Amino acid sequence: MSGLLYLIPVALSLGLLGLVAFLWALRSGQFDDLDGAASRILFDDQKPLSSKEIDR
Amino acid sequence: MTAAILTAWTAPTTVEARCGHCGRETSTGQAFCCAGCASAKQLIAELGLDAYYDRRRAMGASGQPASDVDPIPATTFVRTEKDGCHLDLMVDGLECGACAWLIEAALARDPALDHARVNLSQRRLALSWHGPAEIGDRLAAIVRRLGYAVAPFDPERLSTAIDAEERDLLRSMGVAGFAAANVMLLSVSVWSGAVGEMGPVTRDLLHWVSALIALPAIVYAVRPFARSAFTALAAGRTNMDVPITIGVTLASAMSLFDTWRSDEHAYFDSAITLLFFLLIGRYLDRHARGRARSAVAHVAALAAHSATVVDAEGHVRIVRPSEVAAGATVLVAAGERIPVDGRIVDGATDLDTALVTGESLPRPAGLGDTVHAGMVNLTRAIRLVAERTGEATLLAEIGRLLAAAESGRSRFIALADRVARRYAPVVHLAALATFIGWMVLGQAGWHPALSAAVTVLIITCPCALALAVPTVQVVASGRLFRQGILLKSPTALERLAEGRIVVFDKTGTLTVGRPELVNEVPAEDLAIAAGLAQASRHPLSRALVRALPSIPAALGVVEHPGEGLSLGDIRLGNARFASADRRAEDWTGPELWLSRPGRAPIQFRFEDRVRADAAETIRHLTELRYRVVLLSGDRSEAVGRLAATLRIPEWHAELSPAAKQAMVERLATEGPVVMVGDGINDAPALAKAHASIAPATAADVSRAAADAVFQGDRLAAVAEILRVARSADRLVRQNLGLALGYNLFAVPLAVLGFVTPLIAAIAMSSSSLLVVGNALRLGRK
Repeated sequence: MSGLLYLIPVALSLGLLGLVAFLWALRSGQFDDLDGAASRILFDDQKPLSSKEIDR
Repeated sequence: MTAAILTAWTAPTTVEARCGHCGRETSTGQAFCCAGCASAKQLIAELGLDAYYDRRRAMGASGQPASDVDPIPATTFVRTEKDGCHLDLMVDGLECGACAWLIEAALARDPALDHARVNLSQRRLALSWHGPAEIGDRLAAIVRRLGYAVAPFDPERLSTAIDAEERDLLRSMGVAGFAAANVMLLSVSVWSGAVGEMGPVTRDLLHWVSALIALPAIVYAVRPFARSAFTALAAGRTNMDVPITIGVTLASAMSLFDTWRSDEHAYFDSAITLLFFLLIGRYLDRHARGRARSAVAHVAALAAHSATVVDAEGHVRIVRPSEVAAGATVLVAAGERIPVDGRIVDGATDLDTALVTGESLPRPAGLGDTVHAGMVNLTRAIRLVAERTGEATLLAEIGRLLAAAESGRSRFIALADRVARRYAPVVHLAALATFIGWMVLGQAGWHPALSAAVTVLIITCPCALALAVPTVQVVASGRLFRQGILLKSPTALERLAEGRIVVFDKTGTLTVGRPELVNEVPAEDLAIAAGLAQASRHPLSRALVRALPSIPAALGVVEHPGEGLSLGDIRLGNARFASADRRAEDWTGPELWLSRPGRAPIQFRFEDRVRADAAETIRHLTELRYRVVLLSGDRSEAVGRLAATLRIPEWHAELSPAAKQAMVERLATEGPVVMVGDGINDAPALAKAHASIAPATAADVSRAAADAVFQGDRLAAVAEILRVARSADRLVRQNLGLALGYNLFAVPLAVLGFVTPLIAAIAMSSSSLLVVGNALRLGRK
């Protein structure tokens, strides 16, 4: 049972991490355009490659 | 460049008869269906963004260009800040991610632009750039050329309070969800430990940890309910949030006390899970309403227009119609909507009065004639002096009729609220009776009595009840939303479901609201007439152009308001203007005559085309045993003819707005009325009816008065709205039945003190899941 003493804090802090991530995502407006996010991922940007990337 | 567009657009291709931009079938085998598509394709090719078409195909969208009425100058909406200029635009015609990509990629080619971001959910575009504010118009023009209609708007004015509330609910939901999951994790250990070897010390530890997680989360997440409960109590009423707040607070306090006494049971999990479920229901409800409201704002912003005011020195200033002062001189170009009520002081023209009076034919207007806001100036630029602004305008008068009619509707109370009003006192009484019963009969002291009373509160907490209505509404409005139908009012579905009599307006509702060429004419004559008509905004001219869109505009055409067009000796216009002999004619609808030297005049007949599926929809509604009535402000013969074609037995013509409203009132005594209309003259009737529907092309006031707004040319939307409303109503009643049935089963257990936290958790989750599952059935077609 002594395992609980550190397993509970570990579990809680992981959950808390998820909560913080959610609140951050909410604050930074990532829930404002759910439809756009769903289809945007399918298209890569058509930015011209920088010279560094072409050299590689 | 115009020449290039014209060649691209008139070059016939025999290979495929589909538009090279939007993919619509073209009537005469041209490469493009309209000039807008040709221009969009050319711009896309110039920018090297042809990949758009592949992407759009992958998304399964069509990309038909949206029609832009009169573009509003964007400059006044530009906000200049330290980090550059910002502009927000509503975009119409966005269909999928490919559109978002195309707009962003096309704008990115503009050197001044810093940032462009399309919000696909809200169909908005946020722009920022460095440099003068005028660049905004240039950027808006690029989007417009790509085939989208855009309208600038002020994000501050679009009720951010609602967004903030929605966000707060989502945040509370996140916190409650986190706490519920973790507390439940600990509770499951306690429950499984209770049958095994877990000692009381470990159990107490887990209870304390639960308290540590649950209590702050409960304090945070109960706020939305507590606020609403206090507002209700302060007003001397009670609502569903009162038992929720009392139940959750009491359960938490008692559990804390029990944990301190190292008791066997703690109800932290029940309290926080309850809040979590309730917040889901509340969030879904707000989200659906917010989406409908933003969609309505979207339609309104796109239909908004500006007024061009000329001051004493002759300077032109563009303002919003509400800012025009009485006595100001307003310039209205051909094709523009008249922004204010006024009198014509310069020029003569034809006016399209369809939205104001319901008349389908334009009427001529000249010096000294009174015009009303909402009419469209067709043939020539005019100057008016704004009279009667503010409270005295026709619009304001109709607004007063609206307000009077709507106050009757606001008395309607949603079914869920009616249930809650009866339910909340019953819950309180049941809990109180349990407490007293245990005190008197049990003789076990106050603690088990309070414990039983609190479990009654928790078990009866309207978890399933709170989800029963919002889930159905979300699923129903989502299904309608996908078909371009927006529900505006939260009680719209219920009221629509009750409707027995469907009242239709004629012009713009049963018909598309614009005339179409209906007779066969020699191709050569049509070509000449369409060439002349290219120069005019008159609806009959536009109809000719639609019949033969590929004809280039003839040069040197002169427009004679109220008469017609002339090009040298060629004349196109009314019978007198074209010196045609009308005596042998039996055609009573709109017509144009083309006269050429040395030839007999040719007649073009027009009709305000009935929406393609109007007859089918009327038949469908009759089959569903709705009583269909046609009310119109138009002439008797036109209305009668239409009623005969569509087989509507009951019709009334030549009705003023007030008469329409009175007629709806009279019909209402025979059954709940659903009114479908679009014009300003329909607005009072729309507001008076039990429920109302308007097409998205309707006048602003009518859209505002309607409960549901549908986009597109298909009238089938009306039948679909009524069908979905009826199914939703059935599901809501089923769900309420399920939730109440669950209570009948669970409350006796709670009263007798048999409900442990485990049983409470199982009962609450299963009833909620059942209700949500039932609601989801509506999403399937």
